Amino acid sequence: MTDSFYRRAVSFTNARLWKLVHIDVLLMGSLLLLIGGGLFILYSASGQNVAMVERQVFRLAIGLLVCLALAQLPPKYMRRASPALFIFITVLLIGVLLFGVGAKGAQRWLALPGGLRFQPSEIMKIVMPMMIAWYFSDRHLPPNLKHILTVLSLIVLPVLIIAKQPDLGTALLVAVSGIFVLFLAGLRWRYILGAAALAPIAGYALWQFMHDYQRQRVLTFLNPESDPLGAGWNIIQSKTAIGSGGLYGKGWLEGTQAQLDFLPESHTDFIIAVLAEEFGMLGCSILILAYLLVIARGLYISATAADNYARLLAGSLTLTFFVYMFVNIGMVSGILPVVGVPLPLVSYGGTSIITIMATFGILMSIQTHKKAR
Amino acid sequence: MVSRRHQNFRNYRQEQKLTQRRVFASALFVLLLAVVLIARLFYLQVIEHQLYQTKADDNRVMLVTEPPPRGLIYDRNGVVLADNRPIHSLTVIPERVSNFPRLQQMLSGIIDISDSEWEDFDDRLKEYRRPYQSLTLKSQLTDEEWARISVDLYKLDGVQVEAQLTRYYPFGEAFAHAIGYVGRITSKDLERVDRQAYQGALFIGKTGVEGFYEKTLFGEAGLSKVEVNARGRIMSELERQNPTPGKDLYLYLDARLQQYAYDLLGDYTGSVVAIDPTTGGILALVSKPGYDPNLFVRGISVKNYALLRQSKKLPLFNRALRGGYPPASTIKPFMGLAGLEYGFASWTERYFAKGYYQINPDGRRYRDWKRTGHGWINLERSIIESVDTYYYQLANKMGITPIHNFLTRFGFGQSNLLDLYGESNGLLPSSEWKKAKYREPWYSGDSVNVGIGQGFMVATPLQMASATSALASKGHYFYPRMTQLIGGQPAEFENGLGDEHDIVLKDQRNWDRMTDAMRKVITDSQGTARRLQGTEYDIAGKTGTGQVFSLQEDEEYDSEKLEKRLHDHALFIGFAPAKIPKIAVFAIFENGGSSSKPADLTGQLFNAYLHDDYPERYDYLKGNKND
Repeated sequence: MTDSFYRRAVSFTNARLWKLVHIDVLLMGSLLLLIGGGLFILYSASGQNVAMVERQVFRLAIGLLVCLALAQLPPKYMRRASPALFIFITVLLIGVLLFGVGAKGAQRWLALPGGLRFQPSEIMKIVMPMMIAWYFSDRHLPPNLKHILTVLSLIVLPVLIIAKQPDLGTALLVAVSGIFVLFLAGLRWRYILGAAALAPIAGYALWQFMHDYQRQRVLTFLNPESDPLGAGWNIIQSKTAIGSGGLYGKGWLEGTQAQLDFLPESHTDFIIAVLAEEFGMLGCSILILAYLLVIARGLYISATAADNYARLLAGSLTLTFFVYMFVNIGMVSGILPVVGVPLPLVSYGGTSIITIMATFGILMSIQTHKKAR
Repeated sequence: MVSRRHQNFRNYRQEQKLTQRRVFASALFVLLLAVVLIARLFYLQVIEHQLYQTKADDNRVMLVTEPPPRGLIYDRNGVVLADNRPIHSLTVIPERVSNFPRLQQMLSGIIDISDSEWEDFDDRLKEYRRPYQSLTLKSQLTDEEWARISVDLYKLDGVQVEAQLTRYYPFGEAFAHAIGYVGRITSKDLERVDRQAYQGALFIGKTGVEGFYEKTLFGEAGLSKVEVNARGRIMSELERQNPTPGKDLYLYLDARLQQYAYDLLGDYTGSVVAIDPTTGGILALVSKPGYDPNLFVRGISVKNYALLRQSKKLPLFNRALRGGYPPASTIKPFMGLAGLEYGFASWTERYFAKGYYQINPDGRRYRDWKRTGHGWINLERSIIESVDTYYYQLANKMGITPIHNFLTRFGFGQSNLLDLYGESNGLLPSSEWKKAKYREPWYSGDSVNVGIGQGFMVATPLQMASATSALASKGHYFYPRMTQLIGGQPAEFENGLGDEHDIVLKDQRNWDRMTDAMRKVITDSQGTARRLQGTEYDIAGKTGTGQVFSLQEDEEYDSEKLEKRLHDHALFIGFAPAKIPKIAVFAIFENGGSSSKPADLTGQLFNAYLHDDYPERYDYLKGNKND
């Protein structure tokens, strides 16, 4: 019976229908698992704010629509559009720098007619790997030094603009999304090791150029207890939430750190601490496993993609998604400095849900437009 | 770029292999980093779990204390001397105030809040406090202020009217030195009490009975464990322990007697202490002038405090406990008993009293108050007429050591009070003391001076009263005490004293004989307190006139020419009824001149106490004497 269930499951995932509507069942399944779990945590983290959960569902639904729409678009059109898109978004970024509207001291949005606002840096997370993948799509791999330098120069401009907004988290993600393409394209290990060896020197140089408040931020990361009421507060409280959760957690809606507001930004960047407190290490492990399922499927799609462009793009998008998750959990649990990176698909709000769902649309397109062998 | 295309030569298969290998390497990285995350979570959630569990609990659980109602203080007849009174105070929760200047402006349109009240508030704002703890802005609102505030309360964010119990002393200044007062807790006070218990308490006992019995009166603070959120707001109560109210005290003090004695001092500064010789209980402990203890309860203003501090009459000085006075002639009965005890005097022996006494035939003349002398007298006469020369020669014969030893048994030179702080030791000199203090031997002249209660000797009113009480009870020396009942139980004293010790004389009949002599101070036609004649009961007493400064050998004391502050102190000790004494009194009028003033006062106190013979205006202090 198990055998027949398994066979039916395989035939379900392989059904022609899915191919027809360009849905990858395994990827979609693990995504829905992640999203469903995330809504549970959000309900608790938002202080049982149903309206907030509803808005999140609405946002996810739009993301899902974007995902499905992009899945219908064959990769070859994406590839052709890549350079134009890249130039267009870069111009928009410059526009933001010049005419953007701000919130909380940052200038990230372009105001559109009709009161809409638009954040080009988000789209750059997708367009950047598209551009680099396009660049490598008709060149010999592995890249030589000239290609590497060309690619790096393509990466630097948008990243600098985004960093200036300032939006360090997005700048970081845009940069890695480009560098991942470079890596997947076969960037020689000796370059990678060389760069790693240069990192301390670069770090020292950076330290010399940093503002005092930036240095302070680094120092606070290294020793959060040194500033327990200021910058260290967040990280101390999130570690306390995570640690007090223990192996099995305090139970849903029972986390005192989260429910009594000790946890800052509990429904956005620090939402994993709520999960860790209420569901313990067990809950966290399940969540991380769900992420790994998504990532595994993404890497599989990348590995089996039809051409270099698709391979590089799919791989980079998947790895960037992983970086999202790793940086967020790393920062909340205190092994990485605090940069504003949400937990993908779980943290409340942000344009990021749409972009992230868009990347999965691209992945599905790559998977479902392969010619049958 | 375009020209450099080498598509035809590309090895697609090899490039695919390369990128697939990189995807595979990425997968390994992803796994590795996922393991790092899981390891980090394991470290926090399993290995360090206990630490963070404690931290989380410390975060959310806060102990809140609730001050208990303070015990009341009653006099012996159930008159409340220290009361708790509900007051309404205007308090502010700073966290809820969005705009202080605006609030200040709105409030000033409703009630008067003085600049100093705002300043006090600002000061308290800077001190440590719990979040969301309210701070008093104006205490003791009048009913009108309360009503006006209540109308507009809804408009005033963060402002509330809180009902609190505050200490109230209904009878004011006459009782201040006995009862003491409570005042606002200072950081210094917090060093000697349990900080936690006093959290939220408004005041603490500072002086008098309030200070000594602080622990008893305070009771035990209620404790509740509450769950608070990150902003300190209380979300729920987890555990609760109700406060235990402080215990009530019943004093020996008689409120009517106390007030009467205070009033009888008139415009003089001075002190009156009355003791029940059968218990050592203090019936009156008066130090005049007093002050209004209510001024201190919520923190006295700088201006009022300065007024009290700078007053020449020293209203803050507790004369009853700390005033050092020469006992003067009131020491004579004790000196007489000492002479009898050590065989230097006898009832029968006669002595010719000239107008002066000389140690050596051509030495200094120690003069008697009666310049012509008293003629042939005996010990009894020496008491009745207060013959100085008799005591000059007696003291000179005895020397200081027997005097010191004997007077020590009556409590001179030491602090004996069981339940008030700050009693001074007075000074009962000895040759050792003089050597240590002045590096000089004890001279006969020193003894001669001590013989009439002058010279080095200094006693406090309380010491004089309790020595008199011991005399009255024929050698039962009770340590003086304020408190009869604590929470309905007889008071017990921590230092293990509290019982009397007996002063046993070689001839116990000397107690009666001395009492007789002191009775004749009133009844004899030559007695120095003849004016007290005519009571239905016998009074035993002794007058005294204490020199404020020493007259030169041939100088005349002329009160007309002396500034008032140099006038002699007028003293009196007495007890009544002489046979079975119920009350012993010491009274001193500073610079009162003639000892008739304290004698009259004592007589009136005896009448009042023994025959309930008070002027009607003291009826409000009567209490309900039902025991």
